[in-house]
Amino acid sequence: MDFFAPVYLDWNATAPLDEAVREAMLPWLGAAGEASRFGNASSRHEYGRGARAAIDEARGRVAAAVNAHPTEVIFTSGGSEANNLFVKGAAALMKPGLIAVSGIEHPCVREPAQQLRRGGWMLREIAVDAQGRIDATDWAEVCVARPALLSVMLANNETGVLQDITRLAREGRAAGAWFHTDAVQALGKIELDFRALGVNAMTLSAHKLGGPLGAGALVVDKRVELAPLIAGGGQERNLRSGTENVAAIVGFGVACERATARREAEATRLAALRDRIETALAAKGALIFSAQAPRLPNTLFFAVERIDGETLVGKLDRAGFACASGSACSSANPEPSHTLLAMGVAPEVARGALRVSLGRTTTEDEVTRFIETFERIVNELKQLASISV
Amino acid sequence: MAYSEKLLDHYENPRNVGSFGKEEDGIATGMVGAPACGDVMKLQIKVGKDGVIEDAKFKTYGCGSAIASSSLVTEWVKGKTIDQALEIKNTAIAEELALPPVKIHCSILAEDAIKAAVADYKKKHQD
Amino acid sequence: MLKFPIYLDYSATTPVDPRVAAAMIPWLTEKFGNPASRSHAYGWEAEQAVESAREQVAALVGADAKEIIWTSGATESNNLAIKGAAHFYKSKGKHVITVKTEHKAVIDPVRELEREGFDATYLDVQENGLIDLEVFKAALRPDTIVVSVMLVNNEIGVIQPIEQLGEICREKGIVFHVDAAQATGKVDIDLSKLQVDLMSFCAHKTYGPKGVGALYVRRKPRVRLEAQMHGGGHERGLRSGTLPTHQIVGMGESFRIAREEMAEENVRIRRLRDRLLSGLTDIEATYINGDVERRVPHNLNISFAYVEGESLIMAVKDIAVSSGSACTSASLEPSYVLRALGRNDELAHSSIRFSIGRFTTEEEIDYTIDLLHKKIGKLRELSPLWEMVQEGVDLDTVQWAAH
Repeated sequence: MDFFAPVYLDWNATAPLDEAVREAMLPWLGAAGEASRFGNASSRHEYGRGARAAIDEARGRVAAAVNAHPTEVIFTSGGSEANNLFVKGAAALMKPGLIAVSGIEHPCVREPAQQLRRGGWMLREIAVDAQGRIDATDWAEVCVARPALLSVMLANNETGVLQDITRLAREGRAAGAWFHTDAVQALGKIELDFRALGVNAMTLSAHKLGGPLGAGALVVDKRVELAPLIAGGGQERNLRSGTENVAAIVGFGVACERATARREAEATRLAALRDRIETALAAKGALIFSAQAPRLPNTLFFAVERIDGETLVGKLDRAGFACASGSACSSANPEPSHTLLAMGVAPEVARGALRVSLGRTTTEDEVTRFIETFERIVNELKQLASISV
Repeated sequence: MAYSEKLLDHYENPRNVGSFGKEEDGIATGMVGAPACGDVMKLQIKVGKDGVIEDAKFKTYGCGSAIASSSLVTEWVKGKTIDQALEIKNTAIAEELALPPVKIHCSILAEDAIKAAVADYKKKHQD
Repeated sequence: MLKFPIYLDYSATTPVDPRVAAAMIPWLTEKFGNPASRSHAYGWEAEQAVESAREQVAALVGADAKEIIWTSGATESNNLAIKGAAHFYKSKGKHVITVKTEHKAVIDPVRELEREGFDATYLDVQENGLIDLEVFKAALRPDTIVVSVMLVNNEIGVIQPIEQLGEICREKGIVFHVDAAQATGKVDIDLSKLQVDLMSFCAHKTYGPKGVGALYVRRKPRVRLEAQMHGGGHERGLRSGTLPTHQIVGMGESFRIAREEMAEENVRIRRLRDRLLSGLTDIEATYINGDVERRVPHNLNISFAYVEGESLIMAVKDIAVSSGSACTSASLEPSYVLRALGRNDELAHSSIRFSIGRFTTEEEIDYTIDLLHKKIGKLRELSPLWEMVQEGVDLDTVQWAAH
């Protein structure tokens, strides 16, 4: 490795590729010597049929991981595209109405929803409470307003907070809406059942669970009519044209299978590690966000009073720990976390927020070292702070 | 598209390909289809004095299923009287070759070729 | 030793060059960061790799790296360019021009625009597949805002006169988009000279991976687009979504190799193509589709008269070729591109696109020539049409029994 490898504690941004996933992908990337494969899945000859078969197999694996039918899985280039496809694709074939999305959605749900306003749609953000859960009163009001489209994420990328999607989907659909959930952060971390959730559409991404970057899916109930975002070629039941990314799709399938197999054991293990960190952090006076809500087992979002988040992330990085000061996609953006602001956290506190997210290769020892390092850095910073005061 | 063994065999090794001399006795020809439709079948039968089809030959411009259907038909009509030949139905051809649904028209065309050849025979022997 | 089926379908997709694969591997192992992560070295390293690939892509086409936007492939690039430009400039006009022989990834977005209320003109081409500049000029309207013409046709390999088209568009202030998915590594592209505003690329037709492409968006004079995918603000707000580092690195490497080797490679490929061409035109009643001169050496598209298309494909199972473009070959419709050249349905159906590439050998070409001679011979032996033609019958005068 070219650089000193920090301990990776940013699994919600992206996860390293699972070894079995890589092995399955290599032939399709021309990196398996004689065993390499290639072909355009639309070609009728042997090369094309081989690629088509590999895609079909992967579609089956993804569908099985979330208890959907394979024909309900539309492969896309990733989670962002799948979210855009649902929001814009569904809206394109409906009369303009009300779209409501939670106040803590990822930008790739919020921004497409904002775009709909130009087409005459009304947009309403659904409020969350101080723990980041959908606010009951506001939710009731939203349902009364007869929304046409609803989108609420299953697990938040920053806080890890989980919503009661089964109930929300039931009520939202009863109110006449198509209900969509962004389940990108949930896949592989908690049980995910498309049928049991009762949603009309669900977004998945491969790279958060040990699959490759460049593959995602919209799992969609066939009653929902969608217009494609990308037209021309007719792939993916005409909903997503473009030559299929066979390697990434194959990797996505294997990643789903692997993550499902180890999910329960991993969830228990990671929750224990996460709780250890949480206890130590809290003892140092850290404020843990969404601590009272059900959360992903691997995620911890917190701030330390009077300590700037960027400074802390920088010091941790130099000490060999890679964590995030916000969601990766908006890390370029110095604005405080949108999720925290929606939860009513004061901007100066939100600005200090830090996310630690664990995964498959995280060890007990790494966690111990992280806690020690964190305590040392906080002590130093507090000392500095008291001197400067 | 998956084709049956029988179909592939008739396509790879078509039976009775060719043409009879036009002046030969008892020869009747049925030509059906059109190039623009993607299939043209020419079926020739050689009918004996007793009204039994002694021999048959074909030429087909068309997909593998069309070639196989016409090849099969040349085998089936041999030894039959012209009236018995008319009883060969497209469904039997489709079943024998396990034609996929999009290829059923090939068996219909083959049945039409028999009808056309028999009609030609009857026309020639009216006078 | 020949490996069957012989791959002669490089225009559908190419295998990944082993050097490209080698460049991608580290990004599938220890270097796994999200290029948007700003708080740690995993992210920085990935971001650097993405930027250096951007330079490599820009270098092949004479662009500035800042003008390259990553996408998931040429289809997305075409959608973004055509819909994005039309939406942005819709206050200036509502007319869009493209060509009947474009890829579906251009035709379908234009059709979408029509459904939204735009007007579209689908230009006819000449018999050789090329646009007539006078026909093009005549189609221009005061309210024309976007023109989209492909550089190299995917089915017949002809090279459109984008230099002249670009000059005409620039003079009139019309946004000019070029789909160059089939062109990179085959023809020289210099965007510092061409008056092209938007150009689509993809990696998997140039020995790179699938799932990655790029859109060139000119900065001087600046061209504006409306994003088609929102959220996260990646790629200067024009295309959101986490960047797939390994694929982008692969595209960069494949374009680097193309730039360094295309001159030499094209000489070799031309030699193979000429060998195939003379070997196949030995067969009677064959027709080359598309202009022979203004064409990439990689492509040979030939119609074999008096044999039916599907049986032809069945007969040549030993070679992997395409009858029409890969994207439409699932349907039984004859190629719309060949129809646009004025070919009748029979000849459109009985066409084969041979596309030659980096790993094609002389032995494979010779085998192919021999195979075609045998199989066309056998099918014509079976063909009543061929028999009639041999007997001197003019097929056009025949009354076909209705079916």
